[in-house]
Amino acid sequence: MEVVPALARWLHFMAGIMWVGLLYYFNFVQVAALKAATADGTNAGITKHVAPRALFYFRWAAVVTWLAGAALLGNQFVNAFTLSKGMAGIGVGAWLGTIMLINVWVLIWPNQQKILGLKPASDEQKATARRVAFLTSRANVVLSMPMLFFMAAGWSHRAIFGL
Amino acid sequence: MKNPLDSLYGTVISGLILTAVLYLIVKNILG
Repeated sequence: MEVVPALARWLHFMAGIMWVGLLYYFNFVQVAALKAATADGTNAGITKHVAPRALFYFRWAAVVTWLAGAALLGNQFVNAFTLSKGMAGIGVGAWLGTIMLINVWVLIWPNQQKILGLKPASDEQKATARRVAFLTSRANVVLSMPMLFFMAAGWSHRAIFGL
Repeated sequence: MKNPLDSLYGTVISGLILTAVLYLIVKNILG
């Protein structure tokens, strides 16, 4: 059944690129764009038309990435998550990805719903939600860097890195 | 003290530092 991990790897990469690509879009592009757009009164284009669509693909790509990653680990799933000998590197990557997924669904998405007006919230609650969603999103950028190291170069070139 | 996550540079540098720290832990303790 070599075809299952092969397809899982393909799906894991596609969904992961969409997830982390949108994460980098939010942090490297949209935050600054929204600040400038708010200043000249054109922010509705982003908040009404772009952000909800981007968040839809962002949060569901996160789920697909995690599930495809779990399928890819297969019978090594437990060894990875328990950081067994020889699996600690990919295991740390898997844990970082899991924490990022939890951040998306527990902290980023519920707060974004308040910010975008999809869930009722006072101005004060919106301000808090904006800060929590922003910092969690930035934390996910931080976590994505070691996650990608351990899952990509740290895994395929683990002998060079002594992992 | 400013939160490093408020700037993109601070965020990327934090990511690099975390990568180095986790790498050393995995290589020397868990690996």
